[in-house]
Order: sequence, then structure tokens, then C-alpha cells
Amino acid sequence: MRRTPRRIAALPALVLLAVLAGCGGGKKETPPEIAAAVPDVPAYGDMIVEGSIGGISGFLSAVTSDAASHEAAGYVFNGLVRYDKDLKLEGELAKSWEVSPDGRKITFHLRKGVKWQDGAPFTSEDVMFTYRRMIDPRTPTAYAEDFKQVRRASAPDPYTFIVEYARSFAPALASWGMHVLPKHLLEKYPDISKSPLNKKPVGTGPYRFVEWKTGEKVVYDANPGYFEGKPYIARVITRIIPDQATMFLELKSGGVDIMTLTPPQYTRQTDTPDFRTSFNKYKYLASAYTYLGFRLSHPFFKDRRVRQAIAFAADKKALIDGVLLGLGQEATGPYKPGTWAYNPNVRKYPHDPARAKALLAEAGWKENNGTLVRDGRPFEFTVLTNAGNEARAKTAAILQQNLAEIGITMKIRTVEWAAFINQFIDKRDFDAVILGWSLTPDPDQYDIWHSSKTGPKELNFVGFVNPEVDTLLEEGRSTFDIEKRKKAYFRIQEILAEEQPYVFLYVPDALPVVQKRFHGIHPAPAGISYNFPKWYVPKALQKYRIQP
Amino acid sequence: MLRFVARRLLLTIPLLVGISLISFLMIHMAPGGPISLTTDLNPRATAEARTRLEKYYGLDKPLHVQYGRWLARMATLDFGESFSPDGRPVAEKIRERIPITLTINILSMGLIFLVAIPIGIYSAVRQGSLFDRVSTVFVFTGFSIPTFWLALLLMILFGVKLGWLPISGIGSLEYQSLTVMGKIADRARHLLLPVLLAGFTGLAGMSRYMRSNMLEVIRQDYIASARAKGLPERRVIYIHAMRNAILPVITILGLSVPELLGGSVIFETIFAIPGMGQLFYQGVMARDYPLIMGILTIGAFLTLLGNLLADVGYALADPRIRQG
Amino acid sequence: MSGNAGIRRDFARRLLRNRLTVAGGLVIALFFLVAAFPALFTSQNPDRIDVATILQPPSAAHPLGTDDLGRDVLSRVVYGARVSMKVGFVAVGIATSVGLVIGLLSGFYGRRVDAVLMRFVDIMLCFPTFFLILSVIAFLSPSIVNIMVVIGLTGWMGVARLVRAETLSLKERDFVAAARAQGAGTLRIIFRHVLPNTLAPILVAATLGVAGAILTESALSFLGIGVQPPTPSWGNILTVGKNYIEFAWWLSLFPGLAILITVLGYNLLGEGIRDAADPRLKGR
Repeated sequence: MRRTPRRIAALPALVLLAVLAGCGGGKKETPPEIAAAVPDVPAYGDMIVEGSIGGISGFLSAVTSDAASHEAAGYVFNGLVRYDKDLKLEGELAKSWEVSPDGRKITFHLRKGVKWQDGAPFTSEDVMFTYRRMIDPRTPTAYAEDFKQVRRASAPDPYTFIVEYARSFAPALASWGMHVLPKHLLEKYPDISKSPLNKKPVGTGPYRFVEWKTGEKVVYDANPGYFEGKPYIARVITRIIPDQATMFLELKSGGVDIMTLTPPQYTRQTDTPDFRTSFNKYKYLASAYTYLGFRLSHPFFKDRRVRQAIAFAADKKALIDGVLLGLGQEATGPYKPGTWAYNPNVRKYPHDPARAKALLAEAGWKENNGTLVRDGRPFEFTVLTNAGNEARAKTAAILQQNLAEIGITMKIRTVEWAAFINQFIDKRDFDAVILGWSLTPDPDQYDIWHSSKTGPKELNFVGFVNPEVDTLLEEGRSTFDIEKRKKAYFRIQEILAEEQPYVFLYVPDALPVVQKRFHGIHPAPAGISYNFPKWYVPKALQKYRIQP
Repeated sequence: MLRFVARRLLLTIPLLVGISLISFLMIHMAPGGPISLTTDLNPRATAEARTRLEKYYGLDKPLHVQYGRWLARMATLDFGESFSPDGRPVAEKIRERIPITLTINILSMGLIFLVAIPIGIYSAVRQGSLFDRVSTVFVFTGFSIPTFWLALLLMILFGVKLGWLPISGIGSLEYQSLTVMGKIADRARHLLLPVLLAGFTGLAGMSRYMRSNMLEVIRQDYIASARAKGLPERRVIYIHAMRNAILPVITILGLSVPELLGGSVIFETIFAIPGMGQLFYQGVMARDYPLIMGILTIGAFLTLLGNLLADVGYALADPRIRQG
Repeated sequence: MSGNAGIRRDFARRLLRNRLTVAGGLVIALFFLVAAFPALFTSQNPDRIDVATILQPPSAAHPLGTDDLGRDVLSRVVYGARVSMKVGFVAVGIATSVGLVIGLLSGFYGRRVDAVLMRFVDIMLCFPTFFLILSVIAFLSPSIVNIMVVIGLTGWMGVARLVRAETLSLKERDFVAAARAQGAGTLRIIFRHVLPNTLAPILVAATLGVAGAILTESALSFLGIGVQPPTPSWGNILTVGKNYIEFAWWLSLFPGLAILITVLGYNLLGEGIRDAADPRLKGR
């Protein structure tokens, strides 16, 4: 019974295992000097491993609502339309379309010769089936609203699909980016979320599903019959790695080829020459913005001058430098700079504490020993944000300091997401919030700013009511004429800038990093993944040998 | 003996009911139902969609009805269907995650057993010596260190700098194409760090308990008399003393189940292991009630099982109990 | 024969003889000092954000470096000690109180009360504690108060059992019957006889409990639901630091060491108390 032998016995086992480390099958790394000299010619083969923090819950986008699941579905399915690299709508399964002059009828001309991954032909019956299921009460979807606006849908021939709306409805076109479902595989399931396709999808897209080990990984292989041509990269694996630090270590050791970096990782941790020889970092403006929203019925925030004062007090440059390490831009409204609906000429609020104090004085706030007081009450409020979000927590901390400088005490309270929504947002039980919106390319924001959307559980939870904005929102969504829409949205941004129902804070950069062997990546307003099927690895640089 | 086991088993039933009641009450007191994450702040969802989903999940029925339904199904190990969009049966989701969590826990319990017992014994025999002190600090360091921090440090050392071991996950990407031996080696390499870490953090409890038991036993009269009889010290210690000291330690093994399960949340998150701990965390964040209740029940059940096995083992080993 | 005073002296002697225990005690004393008088250890404001000095390595101006918002790490670690102390003590206070009450009730009233309460203890012990804590904190909000209360409410079971065992065994003793005959009330019996005997194990449980609470807070922070920033806690500084562990090593090393050393100190002290009290208990 000697204990020493057991401890020593562990050592040889460790050595043995280390030796086995050398025996992985079929992969090699190319030294960077050789990589630079390789001809840049598209070639088929190799595999890309992406890291994902969250797991997916299903492949049918209609019945899932998280970004990870939608992204996964995007490998396998197509919609009638999609966004191109400049965020303009282009046809995917629809070759072309016409909108009737009164804007109420859209006629889609579908591509011919497209096949489902099981060989069956894609026709307008599949589109009709998808539409019917979207409005079917048995389908547990959150996206039915857009499709319920359809008055009549018809499929006069296998390659034509026509929808008629009660009124001209511009966002309608974008809603047809919803993934089309295969009728022949789903029609016998009354509830598509229970069908096998939610776990083993079959679509028309560039990749076909191979395997899903929940919580661990998803595997896809290139679809040789894809209607836009077989993708170059032969296999895609999504690895679920819930921790950002772990994922970064995997990136550095080659276990992951593509992931999103945080600002400090982008600027500091990846600045070594070593890193730059193996990876390409990209940065482009993300389609999202962060804001400080006020409950407009709050006695302090009812007064526009107070909101504007806070906008002057907020040091947006400090926010961008502190939270984003410079990787982002100031937000002046609810649109992303560079998009067609973005109005660059609205009223701005540079960091000006003196101006802020002046406005507050106008509104009746007097300074008393460093704090602002009115009618005996100090200017104190609590800002809510959701727990676990580092960027928002930092934003709150910086704003707290900004406001303290002009005599306003802002307390920070973080709440876990589900409780946040149910207890505070839905019940309108908050003073102010720090939140963000992600932006779809279509500029219609009716649900966020229209006065009819201020009910409980609706999205205009700050309670913004402005008749001119209401009219403009209605105008903007009821015409397909870009110029007319632009005018309406420009004017809306002017009003919002003046009224400041939110203090618009910043638009962050998206910071993907990709292993250098992947070529064919061209950053554009839509990001880098819009042309994913066209990414490739030159033959000599390929790391994984994929058996077909 | 059989009566003993049967009696113990019967006792577990009211416990299980109590467990299910507590977990049910707990999660229904929680603000924020399961629907919230699908529909809240989602520009394309409406009130109508929400009501639809609520009916769909049966959340519109009164509490006691919901509990009754759940309890009836639990008897058949049917924990209902998960609220997450994949809607799969909870039992299935747990079933596919349990093996890896159990594997890691059992392996680390084994490791703890193998290392802690000798440490405990030797510390007791050499009470106050350098070995005693160093090993005390050693085991308590394992107990006192934030596990995710140590995990990352080890990952950097063994995974990035030395490249000996994989960093996370439970299998290489080419796992499927390996031979049987290859698969075993691959799995072993991936589990090495997690098991070592789990073992290291769990050493303290058992080694200290072993040590204090041993200390007590050594002072007993029969040991003194064995020595007086002239038996070699080694026999005295390792045969007589140890045999008696080790019995209570077996019960500790069973009692460590809930701790190990609880710790698995952190472990599985940092090592990207698709186990029950990670599933539970996701379930909590998503308010996936059936899943949460299912895992709490299974966790409690495993604990009861651990306790039962410990008691049975103790009874088997100790003839005094066997008779009774 | 020497009575209580003699036993206590014996105990103290045994305690002090163990060098590890003393080391643990010193660490804890230092911890108290830092938590109670932070100004002695740092003159900087732990909440002062300075966007220009983000993630700087240790320097003369910032002996432990700066964090991701340019705040001084030393001052945050110092003030974090206060948070840890709060969490640990309140949680343990709650756990001990609840455990005491339940244990006493169980031991004294026996029979039905005991059976029900002990069943309840058994049920609670079946749940993986961290699972419970995780659920409740996630469902409510991750405020310091909630964290303290939940850790406390899930950690009383050990104390309850200890106190119950002690109470049960004492109930039958002759001197208790004698005391009762003399007209002593229940409370008096509790305070004069039960409590002093349970003091050592309760102290051990409490010490180990504080250690556990600090570790639990760091685990909750890792999952995003611990003490929330900008309030500094060792757990949340470490959690931010872990993402930059390779290049901003100071942000994870110092809070990690703080947790390790403090928790180690508590554990060593607790163990030492248990050891010192042990032979005396065994001597019965």
C-alpha cells in the first residue's frame, strides 16, 4: 500500500498521451513564409471551424428566435430575396420580381431548376406552403405579423408566386427573406417545430446538414447541386464554446478558424506580429446601436430640456474610447451611418457640461453643493440594464461619471434579462434604461416609434408620442419609392434628434477574425459573410483533408 | 440486508415528492415566463403570437393543475417537453447529456479517492510533520482556488504554450474517423484536464476526513494493544487502523455527488463540455421550466442514489449493521 | 476538573501551536484590516474611470495596474475585500441563525417536529446547492442582498444537524433534568448548556462558510450573475480579467490571488479550530 508508485504511475501515462498527441488524422499547418508565395486561385476543399458562444435550438427559423439558430439555418435554407453586399435587396430563390404601381401586389418570378437537397424540385408550391404555415395558428412562430398583412396569395404556375396586400407595404418585400420550407417533407406535420426537419434540415441552400451534437457542434457539407454553384469550402463545423476566453485560446491554437473579437482583444491582444501572420482581422460597422432610453412620463424626463441636457452631458467620445476602444461611431439617431436612410445632418450633442447645466437651470434645477435640486428634490434616478453584458455595464459606469460631473446622481441596477423584460419594461417600472436595438436593413421602425405601439409588451416602451412622426412612419412604410421613403425617414431623424426620447450613444464595430488561409473575403457594408459560399482556401494552404 | 435496502428505498419516495414540489414552487415564483425570450422586444412578435404560445405550452392553466400534470408524468420519468424551440422531450435532452457529466464526476471521484486516502493516512500518521503541513496547504489550495481561473491557466500552459493537450471540448473534429483505440485516446486527452481539475478541487474534503478519522482510530485502545502485542508498525497502521478509518470515508463519496454536480456548471462552461451542468444553466437563463425541474429532480435523485449506495456499502463493510 | 476555563486555555494552546492555523488567522486579520480601513491601503477612488489609461500594466501610479475602464486595480481589490466580507458574513450569519433555530426546535421538541424538520433538511440536502443558488439569483436579480440571502438560505443545513445532535444528546443528561427541577427555563438551558457545546463546530462551519460564500460569489460572477459592476468584487474583476488573461495578466492575477489567499486562510483557520477542538470532543 505505498502511495508513491501510484503517483509515479501517472507520469508515464501522461507521456504516452502526449505522444499520442502527434497522431491526429489528416491535417497540417503551412508555415507563413510558404503561404505568402502560394498562387491565389480558388480551389475546392478544406474545412472552416467557427466558434459560437450560444448553442442553437433548431433549424427552422420561423420557430426559433435566437441569432445563433438563424445563422445556422442560413447555411441550409434560402429565402425568396436576400441582402447583397451593399444591403440592397436582391433575388435569391426569386430570380426577379415586380411591384404593381399601386404598391399592393408583388409578383415573384422564381428560379427554375433549383432542387431541394433530397433531389425534389423547388416550386411555387413550397412558397405557398411556407406562407400558409407562417399564418397558421398551430405554428409557434413570432414572425407571423408581416405575413398576416397579405390579403391574397396565389401560385398560378410552378415558377410564379403573387401576393396582394391590403395596402402598399414596403417592408413586405424584405419579409420574403424568410426561409422557404419544403412542402413535400413538412406537409404531414401540423406543427413544424415538432417535425424532424427542425433537427435534420433539408433546404435548397449552399450547405447540407450532416450532424448536430447538441451543445457540442454542428457539421455541414457543401451542397454540390447548389443553384449558385458548389461552395468552395467543403465542410463547415460550428463549435459551441460558451466562454469567450476559452474560444480565444482555441483560436490561437488552431482549434477555431473564425470568431468575433471584443475591442480589447482586437486592439491589444492580437497585435503581435505572430498573430498577424496567421490571422486577418476585419472591422466594419455593425447593424446595431446602443442608447439611453427615458421613461417619457417620468416627472424629470417629461421636459425635453432635461433630456437634451443629459445628451450634452454624455461624453460619447469617452464612451467610444472606453467601451469600444475607439472601434465604433457616435450614433445620432436610430439608423446606421452609411445606409441610405441615414441622415447625417441632424442636431448633434457634443460633450458640453456647461450647456447641459444651463439647460437644466432653465428647467428649474438649481445647483446645491454639487448636486442639482428642484423643489427640495435632488436629481437622482436609477438606470436599468441587463446583467452579463460587459459593454452595457461599462457604458453605464461612464455615463454615471459624466452625470455626476453636472450634479445628477445616476444609480445603476443590472437585472437578468428575462426578469428585466417582464418586471420592468413590460410594466413600465423604470426611470431610464441602457439597451440596444439591432437594425434590419429596411428602415421601417413603426413598431418602435409609433404612438399606437405604446401598449404593454409593445416596443415603444418609452412612450414616445409625436403626431408628425406617426404620419411620417405611415408614409415611409406605404410606398416603395426610395426617394419618398428617404424624405420621410430623414425628417423623422430630425425630430428624434430634437426630442431625444433616447440619448443615442454609439454604433459599435463588428470585429470578426479569420484564419489567414481563407481567401475571397471582401468587407462591405453588409459585413464579410454575405458571400460565404465563395470563400476558398488555395490548394497548397489547405489544412484539413475532407473525404467527399 | 434486503430489508434494509428496501426500507431505504421506500424512504426516498416522499423525499422525491418533496423535491419535486420545492422545485416546482421555486421556478413558478420566478418572474418572467418562458415565453418572454421568444417574443419580448422582438419587433416582429405580437400580443396574439404571445397568447398563442402561452396556450401552446399550457401556461394558462392554474398552478395546481400544472403541478398535478407534471407530477403524474414524473412518475413515468416523463418530464414533459422542453420549452426551447426544439421542443424535445426533457428526458431525452437530459439523457444525452448525463453520460459525459457522470463520466467526469465518476472519474474525478476515483481520482480523489486514490489520492486523498493516502494523503489523509500519511498526514495522520505523521501529524504535524512537514508532509502534513505541505499536503494540507496543497489540498486546501485546490479547495480555495476559483476553478475557472485555474482552468484557464492550465489551458494556456498545456494547450497553447506546450500544445500537449486540447483546450476544450470532448473530442477532436476528426473523432468519427478514428479507430477505437484512437477514440479512447482522444477522449482521454480531452477529459484529462477537466478530471484533474475536478479532482484537485475535491481533494480537501476527503483527505481531511480520512486524516481525522485515522487520527481518531490511532488513539483507540485496540491499536495500542496491537502495538503492545509486538505487531510491526506497518501492519498496525495499514491493516488495522486503516480498515476501520476508511469505512466512514465511503459515505463521504456518496455525499459529494451534489457538490460535484453543482460544480459541473462552471466546469462545463469553461471547458465547453456538453454536459448536464451546462444544460441546466441554459435552461435557467431561458426559463425552460420543464428542463429545470427535470434536472433538479434528476440531480436530487442521483444524490439519493449516492447516499443509498454509500449506506449500503457501509452496511456491507460493517458487520454490526448487517446484523441489524 | 479544571472546568471551562481550563478547557478554553487548552483549546487556545492547541490552536496556537498549529502554525498553519496561525498563518490562516493572520491572513484573515489582514483581510479584516483591509476591508475595514481601505483608506490605509489605497488613496485612489476605485470608481474613477479614466479612458486614457485603459488596461495599463503595474506602474508607480497604479501598483497593480488598471482595468478595462482605466480604474486602479489596487483600490478595486481593496474595496472588493469589503464586498467579500459583507457577502461572506451576512450569508453565514443567516445560515447560522436559521440552522440554530431549526436545530434547536428539532432537538428540543423532538418527535413530530423533529421528523418534519429533519425530512425538510434531507430534501434540501438533496439539491445540488449551486443549482439552487443559480436558479434563484437568475430568477430574481443579481443584487448583493439577494446573493447574500440565497447563499445563507442554502447553507444552514449542516449547522441545523449539528445543533440538533447536540441538543438531543444534552436533553437526556442529568444536569439538564436537575436544572429543570431547579426551575430553569428552556432558554436558560439553551444558553448555558447547549450553545457553549456547539460553539466550536458552529465556529468551524461559519469559518468554512465564509470561504465558501466568497468562492460562490466568484462563480456567480463568472456566469454573469454575481455582484454587478461597477461595484467592485473580486469575482467580477476576475471575470473581466479572464478574457485578457494573457496580455493583461494583472487583471486576473491579483483578484485571483486575493480570493485564493483569503479563502485558504479561512479554510486553514476553520480546520485548525476543528483540530484543536477535536481531541477534547473525542475525550468524552
